[in-house]
Amino acid sequence: IDYTGTDPSSPCNKCLSPNETPCVCTINFTLEQSFEGNVFMYYGLSNFYQNHRRYVKSRDDSQLNGDPSALLNPSKECEPYRRNEDKPIAPCGAIANSMFNDTLELFLVGNESDPTPIILKKKGIAWWTDKNVKFRNPPGGDIPLEERFKGTTKPVNWVKPVYMLDSDQDNNGFINEDFIVWMRTAALPTFRKLYRLIERTNDLHPTLPAGRYYLNITYNYPVHSFDGRKRMILSTISWMGGKNPFLGIAYIAIGSISFLLGVVLLVINHKYRNSSNTADITI
Amino acid sequence: MALCAKKRPPEEERRARANDREYNEKFQYASNCIKTSKYNILTFLPVNLFEQFQEVANTYFLFLLILQLIPQISSLSWFTTIVPLVLVLTITAVKDATDDYFRHKSDNQVNNRQSQVLINGVLQQEQWMNVCVGDIIKLENNQFVAADLLLLSSSEPHGLCYIETAELDGETNMKVRQAIPVTSELGDISKLAKFDGEVICEPPNNKLDKFSGTLYWKENKFPLSNQNMLLRGCVLRNTEWCFGLVIFAGPDTKLMQNSGRTKFKRTSIDRLMNTLVLWIFGFLVCMGVILAIGNAIWEHEVGTRFQVYLPWDEAVDSAFFSGFLSFWSYIIILNTVVPISLYVSVEVIRLGHSYFINWDKKMFCMKKRTPAEARTTTLNEELGQVEYIFSDKTGTLTQNIMVFNKCSIHGRSYGDVFDVLGHKAELGERPEPIDFSFNPLADKKFLFWDPTLLEAVKMGDRHTHEFFRLLSLCHTVMSEEKNEGELYYKAQSPDEGALVTAARNFGFVFRSRTPKTITVHELGTAITYQLLAILDFNNIRKRMSVIVRNPEGKIRLYCKGADTILLERLHHSTQELLNTTTDHLNEYAGEGLRTLVLAYKDLDEEYYEEWAERRLQASLAQDSREDRLASVYEEVESDMVLLGATAIEDKLQQGVPETIALLTLANIKIWVLTGDKQETAVNIGYSCKMLTDDMTEVFIVTGHTVLEVREELRKAREKMMDSSRTVGNGFTYQEKLSSKLASVLEAVAGEYALVINGHSLAHALEADMELEFLETACACKAVICCRVTPLQKAQVVELVKKYKKAVTLAIGDGANDVSMIKTAHIGVGISGQEGIQAVLASDYSFSQFKFLQRLLLVHGRWSYLRMCKFLCYFFYKNFAFTMVHFWFGFFCGFSAQTVYDQYFITLYNIVYTSLPVLAMGVFDQDVPEQRSMEYPKLYEPGQLNLLFNKREFFICIAQGIYTSVLMFFIPYGVFAEATRDDGTQLADYQSFAVTVATSLVIVVSVQIGLDTGYWTAINHFFIWGSLAVYFAILFAMHSNGLFDMFPNQFRFVGNAQNTLAQPTVWLTIVLTTVVCIMPVVAFRFLRLHLKPDLSDTVRYTQLVRKKQKAQHRCMRRVGRTGSRRSGYAFSHQEGFGELIMSGKNMRVSSLALSSFTTRSSSSWIESLRRKKSDSASSPSGGADKPLKG
Repeated sequence: IDYTGTDPSSPCNKCLSPNETPCVCTINFTLEQSFEGNVFMYYGLSNFYQNHRRYVKSRDDSQLNGDPSALLNPSKECEPYRRNEDKPIAPCGAIANSMFNDTLELFLVGNESDPTPIILKKKGIAWWTDKNVKFRNPPGGDIPLEERFKGTTKPVNWVKPVYMLDSDQDNNGFINEDFIVWMRTAALPTFRKLYRLIERTNDLHPTLPAGRYYLNITYNYPVHSFDGRKRMILSTISWMGGKNPFLGIAYIAIGSISFLLGVVLLVINHKYRNSSNTADITI
Repeated sequence: MALCAKKRPPEEERRARANDREYNEKFQYASNCIKTSKYNILTFLPVNLFEQFQEVANTYFLFLLILQLIPQISSLSWFTTIVPLVLVLTITAVKDATDDYFRHKSDNQVNNRQSQVLINGVLQQEQWMNVCVGDIIKLENNQFVAADLLLLSSSEPHGLCYIETAELDGETNMKVRQAIPVTSELGDISKLAKFDGEVICEPPNNKLDKFSGTLYWKENKFPLSNQNMLLRGCVLRNTEWCFGLVIFAGPDTKLMQNSGRTKFKRTSIDRLMNTLVLWIFGFLVCMGVILAIGNAIWEHEVGTRFQVYLPWDEAVDSAFFSGFLSFWSYIIILNTVVPISLYVSVEVIRLGHSYFINWDKKMFCMKKRTPAEARTTTLNEELGQVEYIFSDKTGTLTQNIMVFNKCSIHGRSYGDVFDVLGHKAELGERPEPIDFSFNPLADKKFLFWDPTLLEAVKMGDRHTHEFFRLLSLCHTVMSEEKNEGELYYKAQSPDEGALVTAARNFGFVFRSRTPKTITVHELGTAITYQLLAILDFNNIRKRMSVIVRNPEGKIRLYCKGADTILLERLHHSTQELLNTTTDHLNEYAGEGLRTLVLAYKDLDEEYYEEWAERRLQASLAQDSREDRLASVYEEVESDMVLLGATAIEDKLQQGVPETIALLTLANIKIWVLTGDKQETAVNIGYSCKMLTDDMTEVFIVTGHTVLEVREELRKAREKMMDSSRTVGNGFTYQEKLSSKLASVLEAVAGEYALVINGHSLAHALEADMELEFLETACACKAVICCRVTPLQKAQVVELVKKYKKAVTLAIGDGANDVSMIKTAHIGVGISGQEGIQAVLASDYSFSQFKFLQRLLLVHGRWSYLRMCKFLCYFFYKNFAFTMVHFWFGFFCGFSAQTVYDQYFITLYNIVYTSLPVLAMGVFDQDVPEQRSMEYPKLYEPGQLNLLFNKREFFICIAQGIYTSVLMFFIPYGVFAEATRDDGTQLADYQSFAVTVATSLVIVVSVQIGLDTGYWTAINHFFIWGSLAVYFAILFAMHSNGLFDMFPNQFRFVGNAQNTLAQPTVWLTIVLTTVVCIMPVVAFRFLRLHLKPDLSDTVRYTQLVRKKQKAQHRCMRRVGRTGSRRSGYAFSHQEGFGELIMSGKNMRVSSLALSSFTTRSSSSWIESLRRKKSDSASSPSGGADKPLKG
């Protein structure tokens, strides 16, 4: 569901003007089929070059790994988001600075007056290795995060500092999963990233029954300036990941080509076997 | 050591005063220490690095390294370049260091040799390096000469001394040097110590045979020439001692001045490779430009607006400048299309091939215990492309050994061997040779198999006796008896030696001669014949005669000569005998033997007196003495009685005809270039099956003038034209020379051969005729050039090289082949023969001609095949690897972001993919060695350069690009929409990198598996090993441990396990692999069935083990039906008879004998023998000897 709001009829169109802050818009949609099992909610961005060389390198993994010295003295790679007003930026770099910060909320419209909010789970959306190995808050045991990040300042574009990303201690600071997901840069300019999990509550009811829904968006993230697009995607997965029409079609195509080729070669083989059997080596 | 390195201005002349070191030191002449090493410990690193960076490739990578250090440009960490670069530099440096270490060692060894120097009137032991110009040195027998010396005096009378110059010019015979008379008296030390002459001479140069200078002594001037010089590198022989004055020392000596570096030879593949690398470089720049433009546009269109999230660097102020930077960034990223490891790998492969040649047991000569040796490692694959072989004759095709093989005596032929059943026995199944033990003087080495001849001798058959008597009398051989019964013959030509030895073994032992007598032991009794005249051999007469008076007083003329000449001068009464003998001659000639006819004539006393008088008159005549003598000789050599004929085998080297036949089948043209005479050369041409009677015609060009030669060449061409017209291929003769060149070659039907003489060749090689000559020669199956000089040999090679664009190979054994060996693309030296000059100049050496077929058909072919496969694959894999970046560029804003992890880029070429392709390059073979010998046609692809040319290169590149497209777009298609099985995104950059890298490694490994035609354990090990190493390194790099240590360097932590656990990823990898490989497999399959080439067929037949009886080429010595007879082929010079008669060369031995008697008996005989061979070989040497008397 595209909610960029370029189309004037879109409810989010109003948010394109910069003076409307905070801007909240709502998009209605209908699920034709109910979603069984765990449902995953993604945000998708287009024309966003997370794979640009200068973008990709603009981070400091030591800092993100909780190295205290790197925290206060981030790597040069982070330029120009290394220091702000003489204070080191934590997390530094262009990637962190451009973190996606729209807030999405999903409501099932059961009856007109009382829409049911869908419970969106924030945790479990990042790789285990990322959350536990690659990203670590600065050391400090029981000291509150704010203290640990003392001496640093928030990235330029951020509203809140890094230690205020979430109230949950296990999901705050550098190990905030939204942050981790964002920091894992995409390979292609059009990509999607996992935003929330919708867990199946019980076996009898589908996780998302068919019906009308609306998406409540707190529109913070500007993409219009570079012709970007923002989407929200709901998907389920199978044993081999999400829906992947390309792979299926490719396999079917290659399979049939191989089969045809096999038949052709078999014919040729039969036809020419005799001749090559008797082929004299002429010297 | 530092002294050696001193540079001096070039000197105008050299002054050296004996026994006056202070005076000589003024000139600062080079000391006698030599330095061939390039570095010492301190200078090694800078000098070596400087040399290495003179290589374009190394500088290029250094340049890349510098680019990578600029942060705005650097798209890759600096270590991606520095690791391979350092690796390459280190390997080369280690190699250079070891080479230099050995040079140091040999320098030290030479510099520390001892010599005796006269200092302050006393002889002192000094090391060579301390010898100075102006010193007087004493040399003893068999010592190396320490520096270039002026010979002052020696133990021999007249200041003579003998030297061997094998190290200088490769000639093994001895040479004489003589001191100038005034100094030759300075025999003892006291006199020498007072010697204070001053030598003024030319500055150091490299002319071995020239020296001019003057000695000033006691107010007199004495001219000096090369005859007075002993050059460094010579060995003193047969001279007890001598004294010499050092004139040139160390690096100034002629030996060192001559040791220039030989020209570095490059193979055509090398050149092609360099061109291709340049092209690739151009391609690289093109891609860089495209991407840079893309970047400029992108930054302009998108980047400017994307600055919210990704501002430009401060330094970058415009899209254009950003594009400029990204150009360099892309140059860095894409540089892997020209990988540094290419050159190293090529060298490694060649080295491997060279070792295969060195280790080849089938090219090891048991007799001489010499293995084949690849002296240059850079030419191996060119061995698989040879089109022309230029071969020397003597010592290369033949052993230069003559063997008395058969004879016909009075109409009866001896020499054929019959087995019990009376069939002619074949070679190799001969019974025991006959026993000559009855004859105490027999030569043990002489073998003869036909006992009937010996019986005939024992029976006392008159003709047989006369036959051998003739052989023992009619020759110019010198004999020498060491001990009683130990006879040694010194023959001018090996033919004569063989004949006299044969007579000796059959009981007619030539014992000794004086100018007037010949002593022969005839069956045990010594008979002395009075030698009245020797009618010497020359080219026109083609015969020689002696007139002797036997003890009974009867005068008889014995004559031997070429059949064509001699048969005409026989007495007509012997017609019947003549017929049978002619039959025998035909038979012998058919076997490729050299034949001689023997005849005698009785002369009565008066006739001889009268004739001798006329001969004297003729020999005293002022004008046209030669002609007069000839007619006098002619007169007496008539109406002779035929005795019989001999057949001598000019022993070919083992397996020569087979080798030549095989090489001819492999479409290699063989040209024989020999200094020998035409008859001999043609004869050998027949016996080694280069010329056959099946040939339509053998053209012989012997013209003496330009016009004659031109005419003869034209006629030859016309004849070829005519016959090809009659064959009816509708060929029309075109006048244009250039088109003719090609068309003649194609059109000629039938086999022709060309024999050309040295003087004709001189004309044919002139600028306006060389094309005509070449064209004619190339149309012929076989070309024999005789009487050619070493320079002409080189010219012929050069000619073919210039116009035919074919790979040439020259093979020879002697110093006269050196020029040709150096000129040809590949030079092969026959080792183990006399002289090492040819071997030293050669690129490959082995001891027998027959090894050439193995070298070319097996090693050369494989080398070529392997190198081609290697290059194809190498370019393929690098294009597949690198081009992915190009496609990715379109999706990452042309920002020069790499697709792969930087460690993967670093290791891809040096670890993951280097060893399997190396293994293929070293071990691969398409068909086993026996097959490539069996089917010489397999050699042809190499000659036509089919396996690696620009077309093949583009196919490889196309395949590489195709692979890279799939490699990028299949994962792209999959990843665009995919998510992982835990719902998180799959399309992150790192997972993408791992997926693409993994599929690349797998595809490339499968591809090498397909390319490998011959699997060894090592191939398996390397391919599986590389895959294993890839995964091992991948997981190690992505492990937590490394990340904890260097978080900024190992960003891919946890990536491998997370990504490779995804079924989608594996499905993608499998899909990519299949799609990349399938067309290749299909294409190969189709080609195999629709258009199989010979090697495929050979492989196939082998596979089904269908024992296909290859047309059994009969290689045996089938007698050619003799239409042609061999001529009289004495290879010696005219004028020896006279020398004998005058007794000039005999005095030496007797005189020398008397002067040597005081010496120890073991050495003087040897010295005597040496000296005589010396005198016999050079007439000037012979002329020198009488001085002694």
